[in-house]
Amino acid sequence: MKYIDEYRKKDLILSVSEKLKSISTKAIVLMEVCGGHTMAIHRFGLLSLLPPTIRLISGPGCPVCVSSQLFIDTAMAYSKVPGVIVTTYGDLIRVPGSTTSLEKERASGGDIRIIYSVLESLGIAKKNPDKSVIFLGIGFETTAPATAAAILQAKRENITNFFVLSAHKVMPPVMEALVKEGVIIDGFIAPGHVSAITGTAIYNDLASVFGLGVVVSGFEPVDMMQSVLMLAVQIESGKSKVEVQYQRVVNSEGNKIAQQMLNEVFELRDDRWRGLGLIAKSGLKIRDNLSSFDAEKHFTVEVPESSEPKGCICGQILRGLKTPVDCGLFGKKCTPSEPVGACMVSGEGTCATYFKYRS
Amino acid sequence: MCLAIPAKVISVNGVTALVTIEDVEYTASLLLLDDVNPGDFIMLHAGFAIQKVDADEAAETLQLLQDEVNNRPDEFKP
Repeated sequence: MKYIDEYRKKDLILSVSEKLKSISTKAIVLMEVCGGHTMAIHRFGLLSLLPPTIRLISGPGCPVCVSSQLFIDTAMAYSKVPGVIVTTYGDLIRVPGSTTSLEKERASGGDIRIIYSVLESLGIAKKNPDKSVIFLGIGFETTAPATAAAILQAKRENITNFFVLSAHKVMPPVMEALVKEGVIIDGFIAPGHVSAITGTAIYNDLASVFGLGVVVSGFEPVDMMQSVLMLAVQIESGKSKVEVQYQRVVNSEGNKIAQQMLNEVFELRDDRWRGLGLIAKSGLKIRDNLSSFDAEKHFTVEVPESSEPKGCICGQILRGLKTPVDCGLFGKKCTPSEPVGACMVSGEGTCATYFKYRS
Repeated sequence: MCLAIPAKVISVNGVTALVTIEDVEYTASLLLLDDVNPGDFIMLHAGFAIQKVDADEAAETLQLLQDEVNNRPDEFKP
């Protein structure tokens, strides 16, 4: 398969591994902040190809995992409102709320539909003019433009029964927050598809102010190994900068159309992240002039006081402080078929990935 | 969640494109990407084309890596 197979060649991967082992002298910690990267690292067994000096830790790059309990509980509450159809990406359906999950609400008769593209929500809204369709908007800069495009499309088509509960978030503030909090990181493997939208300037402060290496990476094993090599070279030479390994998809400017739509529909707001609390200007709120599409403005629901699952350390895992094997629930009470916390629910959650690929 | 897959554009019809991934056909919205033509590869994410794949950059990155690991060990030392 083009643009896949050539990045999975064993010989090349092993050559990069040898190169890394030959140049690495400093003990370094690199954080991958995208769930897709976490999956690739474990799926392809890349940890076993790194020298002992290089440690990879997973960060807060799984949208389902970082969504606050309040967002999940609000989504549950919407699903119980008569006349409401909730549409959602599949990842969210099994996340445990404080008292229930969307999956359980659906089994109890809630009209909750899994969609692949947010545009399907518009079709559902048109087919059900007497109902309100609420789309659960999660995801980072990669996914948020699709929501923005759907809202603008709904406006053009004068669809008045389509709403969005936005939990969309942006990456740079959380990356800086981790560093400021004191999590030890020497460099970031930066998210490739977020950067395809944003371009690379969003990482400049991490390199120039915080002195960290940043390499925007693709998702295949050759991509990941090359990115680790580029970061190792930066750190060994003491020259931190922003580089792009994923040149075939990411350019410095990003996707201008998507950026313009994001800006037209959303504005930044302080937002809650699981495990990290409130982070300034890290979330995307629908602008007031488009508030007719904002679910939060149209539906008042009683949300019970949110509580995190007892014993779950998902929050500390998202900050790179612990790994799933440090958790007493992992693989025992908490499994992909019976998840306790969000990090085990999403396929790209760190716990789910560890579980699937553990040896 | 941020996964995107390279897909080959077969045809373009207004703001949607017919694309294939390993011979399976999908529809891609072009609301976020313009100047898309049959034969292009795009990255498909949640039903949207979010960026084109640059064939020249792809070849160059692989070549650079090959050079680095095979041919120029000394130049690569930091």
